[in-house]
Amino acid sequence: MRGLSRQAWVLGLVALLAALLILTKLIQPNFGATGLESLARASLPFAFATAGMAVVVIAGGIDLSIASMMAVAGVTSAVLMQAMGPGLTVPAVLLTLLVGAGMGALNGLLIVLTRVPDIVVTLAMLFVWEGVALLILNAPGGTATPWLREIILGGVPGLPWLPQSLVVLALLVALVWVPIRRSRLGLSIYAVGSDATAAFRSGVPIGPTRVAAYAVAGLFAAMGGLSLTMSTGVGEPIPGPYLLASVAAVVLGGVSLTGGKGGLLGPLIAVLILRVVRLDLTLLSVDPNVTTIVEGTIMAVVVMLGGLVALRERRA
Amino acid sequence: MTAAARPSPLARAGRLLGDYPVVALLILLVLLVALLQVLRPGIVNERWIGNTVKFAIPLAMLAACQTLTMLTGGIDLSAGTAATVSAFVVATQTPILGPGAAIVVALVPAVLMGLASGVGVGLFRVHPLIMTLATGLVATGCLQVYQRTVIASGSVVPPVLEWLGTGRTWGLPNALVLFLPLAALILWGQGRTGFGRLLYAVGSNEAAARLSGARVWQVQLALYALSGLLAGVTGLLYVGLIKAPSLSLAEPLMLPSVAAAVIGGTSIFGGRGGYGGTIVGALILTVLGTLLTLLQMPEGARRIIFGAIILLVTTLYLRLTDRG
Repeated sequence: MRGLSRQAWVLGLVALLAALLILTKLIQPNFGATGLESLARASLPFAFATAGMAVVVIAGGIDLSIASMMAVAGVTSAVLMQAMGPGLTVPAVLLTLLVGAGMGALNGLLIVLTRVPDIVVTLAMLFVWEGVALLILNAPGGTATPWLREIILGGVPGLPWLPQSLVVLALLVALVWVPIRRSRLGLSIYAVGSDATAAFRSGVPIGPTRVAAYAVAGLFAAMGGLSLTMSTGVGEPIPGPYLLASVAAVVLGGVSLTGGKGGLLGPLIAVLILRVVRLDLTLLSVDPNVTTIVEGTIMAVVVMLGGLVALRERRA
Repeated sequence: MTAAARPSPLARAGRLLGDYPVVALLILLVLLVALLQVLRPGIVNERWIGNTVKFAIPLAMLAACQTLTMLTGGIDLSAGTAATVSAFVVATQTPILGPGAAIVVALVPAVLMGLASGVGVGLFRVHPLIMTLATGLVATGCLQVYQRTVIASGSVVPPVLEWLGTGRTWGLPNALVLFLPLAALILWGQGRTGFGRLLYAVGSNEAAARLSGARVWQVQLALYALSGLLAGVTGLLYVGLIKAPSLSLAEPLMLPSVAAAVIGGTSIFGGRGGYGGTIVGALILTVLGTLLTLLQMPEGARRIIFGAIILLVTTLYLRLTDRG
């Protein structure tokens, strides 16, 4: 029954996304493959941030340092690619991903070892990672290898309406999440998120599971940072507005902020929905600053509704 | 239990920190000033003390927002934006409305921001951190739109705010005229008024407070509105100190304001702490800032140190309260 209602939520999101895309087509009749492609490319960093946030929220936590970790990964990849040259791009990318997982694991370790609530630890780490990014690069710099940048450009050969960046996103998230979801670790993450005490009594290792969840979030944050470097061509040390956006997308995507419920598909569709709303506002030639206000309000309202739902669930 | 039977020097020092955080913090402050004097002999004089106090006051005022919200287990991450908004509005409205009316008008958006956060936290039960972050984001957008409408009229910092922000009387900064009564009011309010005690009650056990008849949502609504007002007043003082209104004026105070409250012994989980420690915390951070500048520490390292301090101090306080 619950599985059915979750599927219904995801299906509802898909329908909403389709309706918004049709609306976009109505506003801008020549909206087509190119528009879809730039939309998907602009969504990439948001999508990876959301995937990472979703994993920790499912595990019953929250990671406020996600945008700062993306900044660290972004500058790390840009500096590494510049220093190691185009020939060693693959090791540079792997190293960046390792750095991301390491940052996430450190967040998790600090939460488990200090027993300070996750929200405080990751708030402190938000400042720390921001500082680390500034130490690596004081101003935007570094380079991105051209062939790496082309991976997320354009449509899939033969299927021009399917953006390559969307395929990259789906492949990477599936590559990380599907094996975890189907393993013991995935079950532990859901168990810890829904009731840590019950999970502990059933023999689930709480600490290692939390650390693993934060490490996965760090890995996704590194992918987000990489995608930023790939789309701009430089490393940017100042974190972008990904924290609130990712929390809003996670809530809209049907993941309960109390943990233990939801998946990654819903939040990822929610990211696309939020981006299409922004695109539509731009197409309607709304002032970009007003767009920021509308977007912020939508996110605040979504999070508020999520709070209400969580409250009712707790009472039920 | 075993530590109580034969306390080690470390445990005793820890207990002192737990019981009288202000005393321990004052010792730390004196040590830092002494270190500064050793590193650069002659730096500590009347002029330096006046300057340190002058820069610590806006920080301590913004940290009041964090202290009061933290007492209920919350936080106000929109305080920096609220201060910036009121600073920007006062500077741009002064040429149009005159200084007096501009000051009143400038405090309105800050209070409205606080009310919005209060509605989200109190009625919709959103986590304060996320709610205030959202309020700050929306307000920043509004400020950018507002900037477009007043770009022609220019900006003037009212002379009274400049006097308050930068002036000195007998070597002491004039900002004390505003700060001393305000600090006294908060110190009196947190311990001696019903509202102050409600903050502690909600923070230590919200369910118990509710069952004892406290209307928690009203407390939170009033608290966040008050926090917005305090942030607005801080912005007015700060624009008098900096004298150049910008769209990111008070942002550099944001992280230190959280750190000042945490260092001052206010628990981020609610129910414990107070404004006295926060004031010393703000002084410590200002002296620490001078020290880091003296050591030519880059901006990145400063942020890392701030983050590390927040984490370290929170862990320490958690350990100290766990002892019983």
